[in-house]
Order: sequence, then C-alpha cells, then structure tokens
Amino acid sequence: MIVEEVMTKEVVTLSPTDKIESALKLLNEHRIRHITITDDANRVVGIVSDRDIRDAAPSILAADQNMEILENPIKSIMSSPVITAHPLDFIEDIASIFYEHEIACVPVTLDNKLVGIVTEKDILYTLIQVTGIREQSSQIEIRVENKIGVLPKIAQIISDRNTNISSVFLYPARDNQSEKIIVLRIQTMNPMPIIDELKNQGYNVIWPNLPGFE
Amino acid sequence: MSDHQAAFIYSDAFLNYKFREDHPFNQQRVVLTYELLKASKALDDNQIIFPRMATDEEIKLIHHPKYVDAVKKASSGQLSKEQGMHYGIGTEDTPMFEGMHEASAQMVGGTLTAVDAVMEGNVKHAVNLGGGLHHGFKGKASGFCIYNDAAIAIQYIRKKYDLKVLYIDTDAHHGDGVQWAFYDDPKVCTFSIHETGRYLFPGTGNVNERGQNEGFGYSFNLPIDAFTEDESFLEVYTSALQEVTDYFKPDVIVSQNGADAHAYDPLTHLCCSMEIFEEIPKLAHRLAHEYCDGKWIALGGGGYDIWRVVPRAWAQLWNVANLDGETLQGDLPKDWVEKWQPDSPVTLPQSWQDLGRVYKEIPRKSEITEKNQITLGKSLEIIRNEQKHLL
Repeated sequence: MIVEEVMTKEVVTLSPTDKIESALKLLNEHRIRHITITDDANRVVGIVSDRDIRDAAPSILAADQNMEILENPIKSIMSSPVITAHPLDFIEDIASIFYEHEIACVPVTLDNKLVGIVTEKDILYTLIQVTGIREQSSQIEIRVENKIGVLPKIAQIISDRNTNISSVFLYPARDNQSEKIIVLRIQTMNPMPIIDELKNQGYNVIWPNLPGFE
Repeated sequence: MSDHQAAFIYSDAFLNYKFREDHPFNQQRVVLTYELLKASKALDDNQIIFPRMATDEEIKLIHHPKYVDAVKKASSGQLSKEQGMHYGIGTEDTPMFEGMHEASAQMVGGTLTAVDAVMEGNVKHAVNLGGGLHHGFKGKASGFCIYNDAAIAIQYIRKKYDLKVLYIDTDAHHGDGVQWAFYDDPKVCTFSIHETGRYLFPGTGNVNERGQNEGFGYSFNLPIDAFTEDESFLEVYTSALQEVTDYFKPDVIVSQNGADAHAYDPLTHLCCSMEIFEEIPKLAHRLAHEYCDGKWIALGGGGYDIWRVVPRAWAQLWNVANLDGETLQGDLPKDWVEKWQPDSPVTLPQSWQDLGRVYKEIPRKSEITEKNQITLGKSLEIIRNEQKHLL
C-alpha cells in the first residue's frame, strides 16, 4: 500500500506570517494536531504541532496572562526543515519514519508542492484494516518451518475443504529464527475439520491456545 | 392452554433442517431435549404447539426478495454453484439441500408461533428450540443459518405490536445477523455475550459496535476471553444484562439460547459448565417479569455437543419457563439415558448438573477474570456515563 492511497488530501495550512493565534484556532476547529506551513507557491516551509503552540502559549495557571505572545508570527515557533513523504512511498516506510524520528505526521509533497498529509492515526487505521475482520470468519494460527512451499500446502488443505481464505499474514517467530507464524482468517464457522487435517499432516496449530497453556 | 404459563413449540419437521450427515448443526438435539423433558414428566402434551410455516411475506420482513428466491431455487436443485456462492449458499457451512426453503421457513414459522402465543396473551413465555439462527444476513446465508428467525420475529413484533424489544444472545458466537438487522433502530436493543471474535467466528461483536444513527447506544457487546469459566461468565453477564435492561426498559424479551459456551463444545473455547445454562434463563425470566409482564420468547441457537450439553441445557431453559424460574436437580431419568446411550459416541451424563469440573484447570484464570471485568466496563460505558451525569 502506498501513501497516496491513505493520505488526507484536504490539508489545513497557514503561512509563516500568520499569527500563532490563528493556528490555535484552526487546531481546535478541525480537531487536528498539526498544521503545515506553506509559502505562496504551496511549498512546505514548516510544520507546527499542538505542542509547539502550547509551549508558546501563556500558562493557564498564570494570573497575568500575556496574550500578546499569540500575536507573534508562526515562523517564530514552527519546525523547519520538515520531513516529508512522497505519494509513492510505502506506508511501511512512513511507519519507520514515525518510529525513528519520534514524530506523528508527515506532509506529502509532489514536485515540491504540498499534496497531502499522513498522520499516525492514518497508519494505525490501515493496520486495523489489514489485520481486521472484513468478512465473517474464524482465525487460526500455525507455527511452521521457515522454508519454501509451506503456505501453498496449507492453502491447499483449506481449499480442499471448499473454504475461502479472508486474510493471511505471516511473521517470523520471536523465539526461533527458523520458524514462522502464519495467521489465517477463513470463512467458516467450523474450522475444526481443517485444524484436524492440519494436525494430521504434522502442522503445529497454536490457536486455539494461549501462552501459559499446554 | 390458559392454565399454563409457557408453551413449547415442537414438531418432528425441525429435523428437516439438515445440511448433511456429518454436519455439526444437528437438529437431533431438539428431539433429544423433547424426549428428555417427556421422560422427566416436565412437559405436558397440552403445552406443545405445532409450529406454523412462515409466509414469504414474513421472511421478507428481513430478507431480500432475491435471496429468498435463491434459497427457493436451491431448495429444488435449480441454483448453480456460482449463483449460490453469491448468497453464501453451497459453502461448507451452509450447503444446499433438497427442501431447504421449506425446512427454514418451518423454523421461522416456529419462532413466529412462539411470538403469537405470547403476544396474544395465551402464555407468558414460549420456547422454540428449533430457532435462534442468528448469523443469517439480509441477503446471505452464513454460519449454518439460512433465514434469521430471531430477526424476523423481532421485526414482526415491531410491525404488528410496536413494542420495544430486548434481544439477548448468549450463544458463544456473536449474534451478528440480528445486531446488524437492527443496528440503527432505537426500539430494538441487542445484547450479545460471546467468546471474543479475535479468533472465533464471525469475528465481530467488539465493545465499540454500539449501533448507528438513531440506534446508537442500543447495541451492546460483551466479548469475553477464551477459557472463561462459570464464575467470571456469570459475574459479567449478570451485571451487564441487569444494567442494559434497566436502561432500555423493554416491553418484550427475545432470547437466543445457544448452548455452545460449555467446555465440552467442540467449536468454541469457553470453559463453562451446566451452571450457566440454569442461570441464563433464570435471569431472562426474572427480567421478563420485572419489565415485560412476563413476555419472553426463548429460542435455541448453536450447541454442538448434542449429547452431553444441549439436551440438558435446553430442557432447563424450558423448566425455568415452565416452573416459574426453577430448574430440575439430581439425576436424569434413567429411561432417557438408556434409550439414547447406544446412539451416543460419548458417555451420557447421569445428572442435570455437572458433577465436579469437566475440564482441566485453567492456568491464567485470574488474568482472564480481570480482562473480562475491564471489557464489562467498556461495554457499559455509555450507560454508566449517563448515570454519572444524572447523579
């Protein structure tokens, strides 16, 4: 999946000369946490987060509120340069950027122009969709040897039972480099014949089970 | 009839709902229950009502006309495999079979017969163990269910009597078909307790499925962890259902009484005993009297250990309805055990209750209990927040 499939195209922006006050207003109005700062040519020149603004804003506890601070231009508090993404970047790369740089949002630019924005929330939503339930189905998990041809054999056992596969994901076992875990959602209320057949053929079906259970 | 509190809907025709010989959904369990009740002298012939057939019009209260046509075609072998797939018919779960429309319409008719018996005031409670097929969608068969008799019955009550209906679903699988059918209807409150859908079919039934539009706040789900035992099940179930009922104040209760949360059930991973199948109907019975002048329609549902679990569970459901909230104790009638033992692949139980634990000790019991309590809190968030505002 690539960025242009998940990004928000309507981006809330301000110019560097706008007041901090207008940024505060926009954040509350749109219930967002980041505002991209662009110049007249729609190039990204900075980014402001809700925390940047809160850091700059007077304390709500202070008796003497110095509201004039909010009159300052945004460029005085914005972060720059900005880490951006490209519409053709993979969403996994965006997740890595968030993780590495400890940020939660990247503007997306094409030909140096702002075309969208991707936030942590968009990435989490995508993850929920990928691992989630889109059709009525049962989940089974199988621990397999990490070698060629295992997945088609398992898929064959399932299709031999006239059962559709709704989703598959596969990841390395944490405790053993030479094994992988395959997680399948299959469209049946009765996965038992398939589980029995998998076991008969020597597969290690780890669900239904829990860590700590035999 | 008027001398009796309860009616039992029954016909041999329920056996016609049969996918194939080795299919886990086996209506023999309704016969086993009937026979157990007769042997226990807990069911009089004059309490039994023969179910009527549902009309096409009634089935279409919920189901799409094109889907009903497809089921009819499949019923007489005129639906191709490809056409069937579109409607979820002809899968491993819901294979096509000769006469499937009639057999399904009969089950729906049974549930409507139960509704009529209660709504016309002949009885307070009516039990149709052939019904409770809660996975059926408007245009799709699924999870052993062709027509969704529970949803049809609720819509029938809404249209004909305009009452507020509380639907209680204690099947180990999420009652998705009924939930989605009334997801935007504030006059129908659906409550389903089930094993978490993270692994178990159908996968839905999360706490955040709360209804939509006008129906927001009238769909409740209590997904409990695999390996949940009696104590934790009953703790969260009782609190949740009491609070949901106090909040919704129903006029009539429709309950789906799947008997697949027992440790013996081959399809699910809950670890309950017969105890919950006594407490579940007792609570429904009490709430029906507290809020609905007794109006309670109880249906069957899942239940795949048809020898050791379902007959006892469903017989106790009937006993609660028939004996004003009481269950039977002690030994099962010897006649029944002796009659059916030869047919059963497992040793039949000797008593109504499970004596001693019927499964191995669960290693992470306290963590599972804690997790279920947290889920309960999330499930009831809306009600509890509203009450905080009132205080």
